[in-house]
Amino acid sequence: MAYSDKVIDHYENPRNVGSLDPQREDVGTGLVGAPACGDVMRLQIRVNEDGVIEDARFKTFGCGSAIASSSLATEWIKGKKIDEANTLTNSQIATELNLPPVKIHCSVLAEDAIKSAIQDYKKKRDAREALAGSVSSSVVPSREPARAEAAGK
Amino acid sequence: MELQLPIYMDNHSTTPVDPRVVEAMLPYFSSTFGNAASRTHAFGWTAEAAVEHARETLAKFIGASSGKEMVFTSGATEANNLAIKGAAEYYQTRGNHLITTTIEHKSVLDSCKRLERQGFEVTYIEVEKNGLVDPAKIERAITDKTILVSVMLANNEVGTIQPIAEIGKITRARSVLLHCDAVQGVGKTAFDVESMNVDLASITAHKIYGPKGIGALYVRRSRPRVRLVSQMDGGGHERGNRSGTLNVAGIVGFAKACELMLSEGPSENARIRALRDRLRQRIEAQLEQVTLNGDEERRLSGNLNLSFSFVEGEGLMMAIKDVAVSSGSACTSASLEPSYVLKAMGLDEDLAHSSLRFGLGRFNTEAEVDYVADLVVKKVKKLREISPLYEMHQQGIDIKSIQWAAH
Repeated sequence: MAYSDKVIDHYENPRNVGSLDPQREDVGTGLVGAPACGDVMRLQIRVNEDGVIEDARFKTFGCGSAIASSSLATEWIKGKKIDEANTLTNSQIATELNLPPVKIHCSVLAEDAIKSAIQDYKKKRDAREALAGSVSSSVVPSREPARAEAAGK
Repeated sequence: MELQLPIYMDNHSTTPVDPRVVEAMLPYFSSTFGNAASRTHAFGWTAEAAVEHARETLAKFIGASSGKEMVFTSGATEANNLAIKGAAEYYQTRGNHLITTTIEHKSVLDSCKRLERQGFEVTYIEVEKNGLVDPAKIERAITDKTILVSVMLANNEVGTIQPIAEIGKITRARSVLLHCDAVQGVGKTAFDVESMNVDLASITAHKIYGPKGIGALYVRRSRPRVRLVSQMDGGGHERGNRSGTLNVAGIVGFAKACELMLSEGPSENARIRALRDRLRQRIEAQLEQVTLNGDEERRLSGNLNLSFSFVEGEGLMMAIKDVAVSSGSACTSASLEPSYVLKAMGLDEDLAHSSLRFGLGRFNTEAEVDYVADLVVKKVKKLREISPLYEMHQQGIDIKSIQWAAH
């Protein structure tokens, strides 16, 4: 199968590869896919007090299209408000990267990774706010490890 | 010699045609182009003589007693179809049971599936973790309804060489026919239909540096005489076994390829094996978490099937795009299922997705091996740096302990 130039570009020069500390309160982590299915994406966001995604990082186990989809996803959500990033769809990614039908699931996984990271961040934020509303003691950081969310494929 | 890119290391898929084979074939396209079935003129006679000479060469190549036992086909897929369906149809009054293994080529497995839909029963013997079939399991599966056992000589993905001689002893003793898909192994490992008690054998030219589009089925003519129901209707060529004008140029090329294998095979295989071992050692010396798929010893000299943990196979192939190899990763097929061969061997699915198959052949060089090894090492390291699974591994997290969502 021939890859589109954009897939090759993202694959060869992946943007925003790396990790953010998942324990931090301003970081949301999404881990989707499964090794047995040949795709695992971990996408992380760091969100500021205005709800803007200041940084996004990814690591992906998968084919070129999966790596390109996650690279593009981080590029697109950086600088966006979380609610705006939450509206990004897989078809936008698939269109931009010109993915063939057999690779659409890669873009679905990237969308799931974004949503899962945002959800993780919101969960931490809500827990923090609830805690701040009841008691004003030191905040216990969330120790829950990132869980792989369901991803349609 | 300067390295030429891209490098071809996918010789299980197909092989380039040896220039000497091309040379032998050329006259049969233009000057001696006759139809081997034309009995009334010199053009036909010349073509027929070439075909009959080729039959004898093929027979010698696999240890058959006569060229009359060779039926030319369009390739191995057709040969496998003809052997399995043709024998099942002919011997159906004797029994309706066939035995094969879970790692056969699709042309064997799908022929069996079709027979099942027609009322036959098929037992699929599971292979051991090293990819080898246990002859005792075949023996236990034989019933008084069994008419045919089909086992490949060597596997196309992991290169494991099956104990055909042992299986042949069993099938002969139980008066069951033995078909062997010898496509990947013939010329590369010992194969002799007489001493191994093989009754039907499929071979093809393009895996041994001959042209595509020409294969043959060996059909034993005595003790026992094997009969088939033809699967192609028409002029009754090939003693009624396979109608269709013979591909004379292809047949001549096939025979030349066999001749070269007969004379050069032993030394060539030793050279290829040394290259394969060099490739493996060079990779393993520089990378951790690399596993060999398939038996260590009983494998084709040119086969190296490795899983690179935490890296996905298709992603890796994209990184080494100047090197032609193949992967058991799902992403190479439309089904998204990883290799059924690796799965049948009980390999974890993530490792099946992480596999690469290197197929070395006649035209590979030491310089190519070194280049490929170093490139693979470099790219695996790079991809592991962006793999979340590798990060978890380094942090001591057991990937199997995570509740992954199936998708």
